[in-house]
Amino acid sequence: MTDGTSGTIRLHVNGVTHERHVDHRRTLLDALREDLGHTGPKKGCDRGQCGACTVLLDGRRVVSCLTLAVAAEGAAVTTVEALAGDGEPAPLQRAFVRFDGFQCGFCTPGQLCSAAGMLAEHAAGWPSAVTADLSPDAPPPPLDAAEVRERMSGNLCRCGAYPSIVRAILDTAAGEGVAE
Amino acid sequence: MNTTFTEAVGVARPRVEGRDKVTGAALYAADVPVPELLFGAVVLATIARGRVREIDVAAVQDMPGVVGVIDHRNAPRLDPETQHFFGPDGGLLLLQDDAVPFAGRPVALVVARTPEQAEAAARALPVRYDEEPHDTAFDAAHPAGRPAMTLFDGPVDVGDVTAELAGAEVVVAERYRTPEEHCGAMEPHSATAWWEGERLQAIDSDQGPFAVARVLAALFRLEPARVRVRTEHVGGGFGSKGMCGPQLILAAMAATLFRRPVRVTLTRAQVFLATAMRPMTEQVVRIGATADGRLRAIDHAAAFEISPLSEYIEGCTELTKTLYAAPAIRTRLTAVPLDVLPPFSMRAPGAAPGSFALECAIDELAERLGLDPIELRLRNEPAVGPASGLPFSGRNLVACLREGARRFGWETRDHRPRRRREGRLLVGTGVAASSFSAGAFPSTASITAEPDGTYRVLVGATDLGTGARTALTAIAADALGTTVERIRLRISDSELGPAWGAGGSRGTTSWAWAITQAAAELRARARDPDRPVTVTADTTGSLAGLAALERHSFSAVFAEVTADPATGEVRVRRLLGMFAVGRVVNPLMARSQVIGGMIGGLSMALHEEGLRDPVSGRHVNADFAGYHIAAHADVPDVEAGFVDDHEPGIPLGIKGVGEIGNVGTAAAIANAVWHATGTRVRTLPIRLDRVLEDGVHERFMP
Ligand code: FES
Ligand code: FES
Repeated sequence: MTDGTSGTIRLHVNGVTHERHVDHRRTLLDALREDLGHTGPKKGCDRGQCGACTVLLDGRRVVSCLTLAVAAEGAAVTTVEALAGDGEPAPLQRAFVRFDGFQCGFCTPGQLCSAAGMLAEHAAGWPSAVTADLSPDAPPPPLDAAEVRERMSGNLCRCGAYPSIVRAILDTAAGEGVAE
Repeated sequence: MNTTFTEAVGVARPRVEGRDKVTGAALYAADVPVPELLFGAVVLATIARGRVREIDVAAVQDMPGVVGVIDHRNAPRLDPETQHFFGPDGGLLLLQDDAVPFAGRPVALVVARTPEQAEAAARALPVRYDEEPHDTAFDAAHPAGRPAMTLFDGPVDVGDVTAELAGAEVVVAERYRTPEEHCGAMEPHSATAWWEGERLQAIDSDQGPFAVARVLAALFRLEPARVRVRTEHVGGGFGSKGMCGPQLILAAMAATLFRRPVRVTLTRAQVFLATAMRPMTEQVVRIGATADGRLRAIDHAAAFEISPLSEYIEGCTELTKTLYAAPAIRTRLTAVPLDVLPPFSMRAPGAAPGSFALECAIDELAERLGLDPIELRLRNEPAVGPASGLPFSGRNLVACLREGARRFGWETRDHRPRRRREGRLLVGTGVAASSFSAGAFPSTASITAEPDGTYRVLVGATDLGTGARTALTAIAADALGTTVERIRLRISDSELGPAWGAGGSRGTTSWAWAITQAAAELRARARDPDRPVTVTADTTGSLAGLAALERHSFSAVFAEVTADPATGEVRVRRLLGMFAVGRVVNPLMARSQVIGGMIGGLSMALHEEGLRDPVSGRHVNADFAGYHIAAHADVPDVEAGFVDDHEPGIPLGIKGVGEIGNVGTAAAIANAVWHATGTRVRTLPIRLDRVLEDGVHERFMP
């Protein structure tokens, strides 16, 4: 049902489908937070400049403050709340705790979703601005600190937890490499 | 009797709320569900000075969802005598009259049923002004300048500065500038207020719910017991949440007028425009020395901008009274009232800009003397407080300098500039010493020994990300001779009793003192079989007995930078800090704190600059795209270490770690930029043009 300024949409969030009547102006971030009670994603700027609202949309990281809720209809949305499988924090989340990859924790949901998306992008062979070999058949660049910093630069952290975040991500990536 | 007792203090332990923070379960002020909630959108003044002529409420009253508009005509009257940190504070008196004292002053609040509706109506609200000429042009010689308040960092004049400078063989006299800087905590300020019968309830992002509740009660002329402020998780503060913020005052007004819970969350732009900033500073440092590098005089004159609405002290000259021995030391602070946002403490207030000036000047002196800058510092170690004559409680700066130099590999440095090249890049290293005053403020804590062997510990602390919750849990466990698992700590609620806020690097020290005092009283009653039993401690008396000494944290910061001579781009390649911060309660979190501080200093050195348009008087880069803070790619792996240190007279021997990391880093980086390029950049941030243009903006000394 749609009137001029609002309509009913279906959002698939963390494996659950919700039907909600939303203001067409409502961002995915506000729909998650205000309509669905998923307050994990944070609003640091509402302008796509801080990354605190990062979620995965069909597995790819997006800033949910620049994504309209109506445009997310039909896509699978994953928030920080679902990174933990069966209640147990994922290796990435555990590494953040172990390395103290946060202080206030406000940027953390975005850092975590961004890191999860980034690791998948890297595994799929996507280069970054610091990747040396950009030829189409180049193997994925080794994931080092410079690659992680470059790829994570859309996620600001005013507490300055960056070095620990990078360590947590690299540690997780190394652990998963061994497990494979 | 617990025979397996081991101390929790000193052990690296992850944060107690770590799991909540990585799973999205931790609730911040804007996350707490509240039924029947309305949303308030703030409207800020767009002129720098003048009067509100008209606010056309009728134009938005019938927009969808709008419940009402508050402006100076219908806002609840606030008590103008309300005391803030520096006295009565016009910055708190929102919507009380039609005056516009700066661009960014709230002029209205639009309340609606959804955030979108509130924002749409706030944007549509016609506000017309009668503009008056404004003055936002800061200059140390501004005719309105006057001596700063002397609550702290008052002027000193020891010895004969003029004679010592005249007799010195080498004199450095330079002018340094730092811009307006913004705390930029990732969590925008948010408050939700509602009435529960006769009580005003609020959830607010702030640094000290007790003090904030007191101010809010005073503003609304309520008995303190009728106001409760809570704030479980706070997304960073760095000073900007130290006050009773506009979000809370406006939410309380709206809850009062509309009798419904109202949430006011500032937009990112509003956080920049309407919450405290570090003021712009201009500082002249003159140092005279003998040819063998003994200081004869330090003269430090600092000026900063202020708003006529509120007093504030940017104590730039604290380090000048602490770091080096000299027979003559003179300092003075000038406040220049302008039509700007009232400044307030930002992480390492005073010390961050002040140390940039002092520690760059010391480096310039080493250059002119042809001395190793570390050696110069070692030659001028004071035996007692250089200005006060009081003994130091402890002073481990030399240990920081020596150990830092060893870890950093300082020994092999060629002290002449522009000697190292790697490809097209110039490489340089720099160092700075720093200090930050230590101490505690009165606080209370209560502890209840429960029948089941656990302890309920209540203290009006907050955890902005400092790790206070985790540190206080460990401290309580040790003080009670039990394990951390048996401690049930509650913080972040004004009902927990009087307590200092998280600020001035005195939060954890103040709260820990109250907890250890309460624990000692409880243990003295160990034979008392009654359970539960509660004791409450107030440290006011114990603090009064603290010996008057020079009490400071110390550190030495080392930086290595590369500079691209073609573009002027500076990148920090290595950053190392050695710290003497008293006993370290939790090495994992203390490292995070000081490293975070150094990254803040890096950001100050290279990136941060609030820009004001002189014509409109408005801040023009009020977002994270225009006001860049260090991002992942700007930050190398940062090293931090701690030397053995212990603060006498303070329980556990602890000092704060929240701010010392910021201090000194900008100077270390600026000194490294000189070492790489031969260019002294005396104006922050170290922008590309400033590196390329080789100091063209330096003016001559008066
Ligand atoms: S809130 Fe979406 S990027 Fe900042
Ligand atoms: S942990 Fe506070 S902003 Fe990143």
